Amino acid sequence: MALSAEESGWLARLLTKNAEQLIRRWTELVASSLRGRLSHAELARQVQELHRSMIGAVENGLTDLDSEQGGELRAVLAELSRGRARQGFSASETAISVFALKDVLLELMEEDQNAGNLRDFVAFSALIDQMGLFTFESFVRTRESLIADQAEQLLELSTPVVKIWEGVVAVPLVGTLDSARAQVVMERLLQTLVDTGSPYAIIDITGVPAVDTQVAQHILKTVVAARLMGADCIISGIRPQIAQTIVALGIEFGDIATKASLADALRHVLRLTGVDNARRHQRRES
Amino acid sequence: MERVPVLKIGDILLVSIQVDMSDQTAVMLQEDLAERIVATGCHGVIIDITALDIVDSFVGRMLSTIASISKVLDAETVVVGMRPAVAITLVELGLSLNSIRTALNVERGMELIAAARTDEWVMVDGDEDAETTATT
Repeated sequence: MALSAEESGWLARLLTKNAEQLIRRWTELVASSLRGRLSHAELARQVQELHRSMIGAVENGLTDLDSEQGGELRAVLAELSRGRARQGFSASETAISVFALKDVLLELMEEDQNAGNLRDFVAFSALIDQMGLFTFESFVRTRESLIADQAEQLLELSTPVVKIWEGVVAVPLVGTLDSARAQVVMERLLQTLVDTGSPYAIIDITGVPAVDTQVAQHILKTVVAARLMGADCIISGIRPQIAQTIVALGIEFGDIATKASLADALRHVLRLTGVDNARRHQRRES
Repeated sequence: MERVPVLKIGDILLVSIQVDMSDQTAVMLQEDLAERIVATGCHGVIIDITALDIVDSFVGRMLSTIASISKVLDAETVVVGMRPAVAITLVELGLSLNSIRTALNVERGMELIAAARTDEWVMVDGDEDAETTATT
């Protein structure tokens, strides 16, 4: 795998001697693989930077990408793949930016017979492979951290509890409910009930794409917990397909009020509180 | 020996549980409460469990028993101030305390009891208010 001192010297010469031609050809190859989704100037800048750090590395006597001399080159590669991952390029599109150098060098060697022999090329090719793999790994790492961040944001953002009337709070659920999210929703809802002293809560499931037994279980648990605390829950936003699924799965909502829309649920709650108010007036009069 | 105080507010007896319940405390609370209901003729009992961090099956059963005793003595029981964490634990344990009425806080609990009393008056009043009762 490792490059010998002679080979790295040869590589440094080859990279510097035809620098301009090499960069132009390399940029062309990468540009064709990315199909114009990145500006040419931006691409040329990246390739130049990669080229410069490669020369720097091989001139310092780079033998292996993991060695100390490869530090700067690794940083440049990581930066490149981070950028690509954030811009939404695929893993192979990112790796091709590095692998294209192989083709360029092969072309150079074919033009100039004195440039080097097959052995040099194979050794060099191994280095490029290493670089490619490193790029790939950084790419995956960036993507994973992106996904983790997004999942966290989703958990934070997608579970608001809003007060829609005096003594009525609503939770508009959006997206698939898994156990973690259901737990967050349940805790937030119950805490809001205590904080605001609201005796009614509306759980709106318009934004939930599918209801299976597990999701239903989570919702039911929330409703029962709210009841234990002395608040009443109404489930609203049940779409026709979801109603069919619920019946087909044999899920029993028992005596929990279910309404087709949030407006219906609010009207239902207001009617209940209206009765309460009427009673209170009656009591004062009597 | 710790005793849970029973306070009388108007037509309602208020029990605020602030200590960990043991067998003996629970039995004494039941006795005290039964005596007070009879002595005062109150028609409502509010049990405040805001201070309880943990409600296990023992406390759950005690609450049910108190509710049943009060019922026999013609008093409505409402458990108030259950914490979210407690409610979640009870649901996970599968204890839904069906026989017990609950409210968010003492104020709501008093409203609930008052509303229940009003219902009875309305029924006694006769036909003109029958409609109100029907909507409930």
